[in-house]
Parts: sequence; C-alpha cells; structure tokens
Amino acid sequence: MSFPNPATSVKLVLLGEAAVGKSSLVLRFVSNDFQENKEPTIGAAFLTQKCTIGERTIKYEIWDTAGQERFASLAPMYYRNAQAAIVVYDITKPASFIKARHWVKELHEQASKDITIALVGNKYDLVEDDNEEDGLRKVSVEEGKGLAEEEGLLFFETSAKTSYNVNDVFIGIGSKIPETNAGNGAAPADQTGGEGRIDLTSNSVAANRAGECAC
Amino acid sequence: MDENYDVIVLGTGLTECVLSGILSVEGKKVLHIDRQDFYGGESASLNLSQLYGKFKPTSQKPELRGRDRDWCVDLIPKFLMANGELTNILVHTDVTRYIEFKQISGSYVYRGGKISKVPANETEALKSSLMGIFEKRRMKGFLEFIQNYDDDVPSTHQGLNLDSNTMDEVYNYFRLESGTKDFIGHAMALWSTDDYLKEVARPTYERIILYVQSVAKYGKSPYIYPLYGLGELPQGFARLSAIYGGTYMLDTPIDEVLYKEVDGVSKFDGVVTKEGKAKAPIVIADPTYFPEKVKKTGQRVIRAMCILDHTIPGTNDLDSIQIIIPQNQVGRKHDIYIAVVSDVHCVVPKGYYLAIVSTIIETDSPHVELEPAFKLLGSRVDTLMGIADIYEPINDGTSDGIYISKSYDASSHFETTTDDIKDLYFRITGKPLVLTKRPNAEEEEANAGVAA
Repeated sequence: MSFPNPATSVKLVLLGEAAVGKSSLVLRFVSNDFQENKEPTIGAAFLTQKCTIGERTIKYEIWDTAGQERFASLAPMYYRNAQAAIVVYDITKPASFIKARHWVKELHEQASKDITIALVGNKYDLVEDDNEEDGLRKVSVEEGKGLAEEEGLLFFETSAKTSYNVNDVFIGIGSKIPETNAGNGAAPADQTGGEGRIDLTSNSVAANRAGECAC
Repeated sequence: MDENYDVIVLGTGLTECVLSGILSVEGKKVLHIDRQDFYGGESASLNLSQLYGKFKPTSQKPELRGRDRDWCVDLIPKFLMANGELTNILVHTDVTRYIEFKQISGSYVYRGGKISKVPANETEALKSSLMGIFEKRRMKGFLEFIQNYDDDVPSTHQGLNLDSNTMDEVYNYFRLESGTKDFIGHAMALWSTDDYLKEVARPTYERIILYVQSVAKYGKSPYIYPLYGLGELPQGFARLSAIYGGTYMLDTPIDEVLYKEVDGVSKFDGVVTKEGKAKAPIVIADPTYFPEKVKKTGQRVIRAMCILDHTIPGTNDLDSIQIIIPQNQVGRKHDIYIAVVSDVHCVVPKGYYLAIVSTIIETDSPHVELEPAFKLLGSRVDTLMGIADIYEPINDGTSDGIYISKSYDASSHFETTTDDIKDLYFRITGKPLVLTKRPNAEEEEANAGVAA
C-alpha cells in the first residue's frame, strides 16, 4: 500500500508576446492536445494539472494572460503570489525574443523574488529541418541560453505541436521550486497572514486552503 | 486594431469592471480602455509612490519600511457587507477565484466620548456597555421584533406597519433612548444622516437585517475585505471580462469621441485612441470621461489616509475595525467613518496600520471636521488628505448611448455602488440583472477535458 504525498499547489503564470504559443503549450501539457490556428484564449480562468516529480506531486494552477498582455495591460493581480513563470518566445520571431527580455525584467520587478522562471523558445517544429543558412530559425539556441544564464532562468526549446520538451518544462520548474514555498496553497502563509481567510462560497471560516482536497 | 465592438468601456473603476465582466460573459464584444496605466480608476489601491505622487507630490515622504508595492492604499474606503450584493456578484461570477477575503475584526460606534463594539444580536446587546440595564432589555425586545418580523404573520407585527409607520415611531414603540437610536440607525442600518427617522420603517428594517445577517455569516463583524486592498476587485472583474474575450488597453487616453446623427439626435459612435478608431453603439464610462454630461450632486467628500504604527486605542489591539461616529454625537449632520486595515490584509508592511477617515463636508475648513476621528486614532506617522466632488450623470444614456456611472459616495460599504451597477445594466440591456452561476473550477476542468 502506498501513501502518496498530498499535491502542493503552485501558481504558474504565462508571459510572452501574442501568438508565440503560450496557450498551445499549456493545452499540450494539460490535455496532450494541439489545435492548429487556435483562437486567442477565451473562457478559461485558469487550468490545473498535476505533475509528479519523484516523491512530490505538484498541482499547477496555470494562469493564461487572457489577452491582457496585448496592450501591456496585465494587472498586478496576475503576478501576485506566482511561484513560477514561463516566459515564451517564438524562435522564428526575433521581436518576440526582445519582448521576452522585457517580461523577465517585469517579473523581477512585479513578482516575488524567489519565483522560478523558465525561458521557453517555442515552435521548434518549424526549424527541425532547417538548413544552416536560410532556415526559419531567427533566435539561436545560444542567444536563448545566454539570456537564461544572465538572469538565472531555466531554458528549454519546445514544440507545442509535436509536444517536444513540453513536459520537461513543467518537470524542470517543479524540481526547482523549494518545498517550503509550495506547502500552503498558492499563497505562501508568511506573506498573507494565512489564518482567517474566508470562503465566500461557504458559510464557515476556513483556516487556510491547505486542508482542501487535492484530488 | 479591431474596429467594431458591442460596447466600449472607459475607465477601470469597480462599476465599469463589473459591467464589463458581466457583459463579456453574456457574449458581448467589449473594448475596455483606461487613460491611466493602472487598474481601478477612483477605486484603485495605490502603492506608496503612486500615493505620494497623487497627494503630496512636492513634499518629502516620511521614512517608511517595506517595498513600494507592499503598500496598497485604497482611494475610496469601503468594506463589503458579508451578505451584501457585491459579495453575491463575486460569488455568482466566480471572481472569488482570483481574490481572497478576510473579515474585518470589529465594528465599533462612538458614543459619549469613547468607542464600543456594536451589538449585533440579543446576547451581545445584553452584554453591551452602550446601554444601561433597562435599555438593554428594550433593545433586546427591538432586535427580537426585527428578527421575527414576518410580513405574512400579523402577530409578529406588534401592531406596527413597516410601510406606514416611520422609523422613529417604531423606536418609540420600544421606548428606545436617543443614544440607542443613534447606534441602531447609524452603526447598524448605516444611515449617514438622521433623515431616515421621519421616513417609513421598511428600508431601515431591511438595512438592519442585512447587518445582522452579515454578522451572522462569519462572526466578528458584518464586513469583509479583500487581501491586497479594494483595488483587487476591479482587477478581478477585468480578468473575468478578459477571459471572456474582452480587450484591455491601459495607459490609453481618448483622443476623440465620435458621434453620429440619428433622427436628429447625436449618438455615441466610437472613440479614437493612439491605437486607432474603435466603434460601438454604446459606451459605459466613469464621470471623468464625459465632464460635460455629468453634474455635481453638491456633496463633497473629504478622505484622510492616516498611516499609523499602532492599533486603535481601546479596541484590544484588533487588526482591523470600522468605527462610526454618528453625527449627533459630535454636533454634525453627517457621520464620520473610520476604516482600519493592516498587514493581515496585505495592504501595509508588518507593524503599520492604515486608518482612512471620511465624511461629507459641512464647513469651509473640512480638515477640522475630522478632528473627532483623529483624536480616536492617537499618533499618526503621516496623513494624506483629498477632497472629491460627487458626480452623477445628467441623462440616463438611453437617447445618446452614453451610460455614465456615479462617483463613489461617502458610504462605508458597496451597497450604493451595486445599486448603480444594477441600474446601469437595466438601462443598457432593458432587462434586470439576473446572475447565473458560472461553472466552478472542477466543472470547467471537466468541460475542458471533453472539448479536448
């Protein structure tokens, strides 16, 4: 008989220029699916997916930008208590890589300082068959790695279309998140004064959310 | 950019964001613009540099601990009633998923130079220091009457009629003293003047019921408050709007409002911004976007944000409270409200407290009017004051397609704001606002699984 550890909740936010494949990446991770010409994100508040890494189970609460990044209108609420972030760019679009630098800077300013960030160059499927000279790839692996090392980020190149490396991103993030951080729901208790939060949908005072059924 | 929308919303205050969210969920294509680079408009919570930039741009700010964004200071001090309409809207739209709430730890009323807890039920009434022994019994009788009153059961009416007797007549039936009337009318029914005494009793009865039911919900007080400040509320509804397809543009001033003539009437047609032209038959806006289409109500509110490094004396070190100073007690016509929150609500760094004092201005030296409140607070690290006119739209918007919200008033809760939201919704859509529950997280997950 085995006793699985209860899943710990981790709020993960997605950042990146429009149309780099943020939602596709999540869709691939959450339901192992890919939709060509996917419409911009509509209707999903946030998606959840569990991920088992060794002894630990992490339940990701994945927040998509819902298009609020398009005119630089993301709310502080979006970054609040995020323990992980994925900054996505399109390896065939240099402008999206420049934008990725901007998002990393924004995260350092807005998010908590111990946030785990992964830099992800998406659409690897488009460059798989590239020739050396005139391929579709416009951002080299070295450039991506360079930025990641500079800023202390995890780095992956992925394809949401073929699922190449997608799970590795979430496993990589999960293994880097400190245990202590992920113990008390999406919001660490030391920052929010844990006790006395109330659940408006019920009539009782919930001491905190750690008691929630993780199943 | 996309040219045609069903609705354009200007300003990201709470009223605008709730309507934007509800209309997006209903399938309307919404473009939501704010000229400022942050969410919330007049109902924002500001960080330290935004706060001092707005209220004391020229003076040196005091040495305060914590990072800039550890401070979330509300521009409009209000609390949510636990059983009030805004809570209802939050639950039905599932915006509760983005915002966490805590109770306000106590509700106090000023009487005879000191503050006391407002009794919310018969048991508390019997223990309260606000009343003498005989008055306590009369108060108990009054509360029992309120709780047991049933329109369909004449025996619970005790010969009174809520729709024809005035509230003062009801009080007098129970032989309540004027001081007791003060705290019932002002600290429970939350009237800010004594006008209600001469009006029929039903609205006051309903307000007392809301208070009592709100206290019963979580216990300590009738009030709840979002972690990180009231500015989370517009952000939460804006997110709701965005996930249902709403487009958001902050930091985007309106260069021009477009009109078209229809049957000799000038109607709203769209706006021009740095992103180009956007058209819609309807615009919802806060009063600052259409100064020529609003009028002053004549009421002006003074609000003082006080930074403290201690709890309020005489409250057993409660981390958060509301104190109401009924007008009678200090020789005024309008009540003074004090809202206190602290680091447990994540709005200040540990060790600090925020007390926001507000009232409707009655004299030429408004800051002096707040003195009775300042006395209760004790020493203050710093005080920032602002005066605001209260605006309302001149027309109801049905002829020109321009629907304008009211300014946030001086009341201590959101009930008048939700009245405005429901009224605007009715004027815009022609039907009353009926909230249907969105699928919750688990249901949504299940649906997503099916779609995939």
